[in-house]
Amino acid sequence: MRLTQKSATLLALAVIVALAPLFFPSSFYYRVGALIFVNGLAVTGIVILTGWAGQISLGHAGFAGIGAYACALAPVHLGLHPAGAVLLGAAISAVLAWLVGRPILRLKGYYLAVASLGMGILISMVLNNERDLTRGPDGIDVPDLGLRGALKAAGLDLSNGQFWYFFCGIALLLGAWLALNLFNSPTGRALRALHGSEIAARTVGIDVARLKLQAFVISAVYASVSGSLLALQNKFITPDVAGFMHSVEMVTMAVLGGVGSVAGAIFGAAVLTLLPQVLTVFAEYEQLVLGTVMVLVMIFLREGVVPSILRKIRGAGE
Amino acid sequence: MTLLQIEGLGISFGGIAAVKDVSFAVKPGEIVSVIGPNGAGKTTLFNMISGVYLPGTGRVVLNGEDVTAMSPHLLARRGMCRTFQNLQVFQSMTVLENTIAGYHLQESGSVLADLLNLPASRRRARTAEAGARTLLKRVGLERAAEREAGSLSYGSLKRLEIARAMALNPKVLLLDEPAAGCNAVETEEIDHLIAEIAASGVAILLVEHDMKMVMRISNHIVVLDHGEKIAEGDPATVSRNPAVIAAYLGAENAAG
Repeated sequence: MRLTQKSATLLALAVIVALAPLFFPSSFYYRVGALIFVNGLAVTGIVILTGWAGQISLGHAGFAGIGAYACALAPVHLGLHPAGAVLLGAAISAVLAWLVGRPILRLKGYYLAVASLGMGILISMVLNNERDLTRGPDGIDVPDLGLRGALKAAGLDLSNGQFWYFFCGIALLLGAWLALNLFNSPTGRALRALHGSEIAARTVGIDVARLKLQAFVISAVYASVSGSLLALQNKFITPDVAGFMHSVEMVTMAVLGGVGSVAGAIFGAAVLTLLPQVLTVFAEYEQLVLGTVMVLVMIFLREGVVPSILRKIRGAGE
Repeated sequence: MTLLQIEGLGISFGGIAAVKDVSFAVKPGEIVSVIGPNGAGKTTLFNMISGVYLPGTGRVVLNGEDVTAMSPHLLARRGMCRTFQNLQVFQSMTVLENTIAGYHLQESGSVLADLLNLPASRRRARTAEAGARTLLKRVGLERAAEREAGSLSYGSLKRLEIARAMALNPKVLLLDEPAAGCNAVETEEIDHLIAEIAASGVAILLVEHDMKMVMRISNHIVVLDHGEKIAEGDPATVSRNPAVIAAYLGAENAAG
C-alpha cells in the first residue's frame, strides 16, 4: 500500500517535470520551474526535520548559504570543480548541523528553533561582512558547472533555462526518492514513532537524541544542495540566500503544502514560488496575500493543503 | 540467580519521601507484583527502576550491572522494557507498525542504507515485520494488524503495548497496571499472556490494582504503604499479614 504511494508520488512528480514545459507560455517559465524545484528540494529536507522528526529550524537558509557560497568560492580558491564544490558545501553543512544539533537535541522541546535561528543569522552576517572573501552584500559570481557545454558537445543542445529546468527537476526527483525511501525504512518508522510518543520511543530502545540529530543533518544537506543549485544556475549569488526570510519561506512552504508529506511540501514550494511571479501586479500586496493564505490554511487545513484534500477524497470514497 | 536487584531505592519530592528504602529481587521466569493503596509510591518506584526518575538513594542492578538512572533506551538495550499505566502507543501508526517499532534495536542499521533503500535495509525491515506478525498472533491482534492503533479498544491497546515490549525480546518486563480499565474477559486474557511470557523465562515485575489477578499469577508480592515496604512474600503469606490487611485490604474494605 505505502510502496505504491511512494511510486505514485515519484511517478506524478516525474510526469509533471517532463510535461509541464508543454504548457509554458514563454521560455521564462523554465526559470520559474527550476526555481520551484530548487525550493522543493530544500522543503523536502524540512519535511524530514519538521514533519517527521518534529523539530523546527529557523536557520536552514544558513545551510543554503553555505552550499551557494561553496560553489562561488571553492572553484576559485581551492581549484575544485563546481560539482566537487557542491559536495564540499554539503559536507560543511552536515558537519555544522552536527556540531549545532548535538548539544541542542539532547534537550526536550523546541530549542533547536532558537539555536538554528542564531546560527542562520551568524552565517548571514559572515557572508555580508567578510567582503574580502565574499564581496559582501553586492554578491559574487559563480563559475559555470560546465555540464550544459558537455551536453552540447554530445549533441544535446539545450537553452540555459531548459538545461537548469531539467537538471533541477532530476535533482528534486532524486531528493524525493531518497526522502521517501527514508520514510518507509526502519529509520523512518523510528522517526514517526518518536513523533508519536517520545517516552514510548525511548522504551523500545530508540536513541531519540541521535535520531533527531540524523534528521537535522540530512535536512541540512538538502538545504545546502538547494543553495548550490540556485547559485550554479544564476551564476551569481548574494547573501540573501542565507537570510532569515529565506529560512521562514522554507518552513512556510512546507507548512502550507503539508509538512508531513513530501508531495505536499513540494506543492507548497510550487505555490509560494509561483505566487510572487503571478502577483507581480499586486507586488505591494504580496506579503498580505501570503499572510492571509497561511492563516486560512492553519485554520481550515491544519495538516497542510495536500494531506487535507487527500483525506477528504479518501473519506468521500469510502 | 537474581536478574533484577532493587537496593534501597528512595526518592523525595519537595522534602516529602514518596518512596523510602525499598529493596527486593526478581529472578528469571518469576512474576513479582508490587501492590499498595493509591499513592503508595508504586508507579514512582517503577519510574525509578525504568530510568524515568533519578532515584535519590539506592541502586538498580540488572544482570550484575549497576543501571541506576540509566536512560530508557540504554535499559532497552540491556533487556529491560516497560509498559505504561496511561498507555503509550504510537497513535497514528498501524498496529503492525507499532509492533515493528519494538524491533528497532534489531532492525535499525545505517541511515545511508535506509536513504538508498539498499537490500540490507529492506531485509531488516522484512525480518522485523515477520516477527511482529507472529507476536500479534500471540497476543490475539493479528486481524487488527493494518488498523490505526488509535482506533483500538482499551484492552487491545494494553495487549499491543505488551506485544511491542515483547518484540524487544526482554529479560525483564515491567508492566504498569496491565489490566487497568479492562473487563473480566480481557483481564483473563492478559493473565494468560503474562503467565505465558513468564514461563518463557522472562522476569516480570507487575504493578496492579486487581487483587484477584495479583493473587492468582504472582510468585512473590511486595507491599508498599506510604512509600515504604511493609511486607513481602508469596500470595498466601502476604494476604495473611496483619500489617497488609490493616494498611491495604482493611483500608479498601473500610472505603468500599
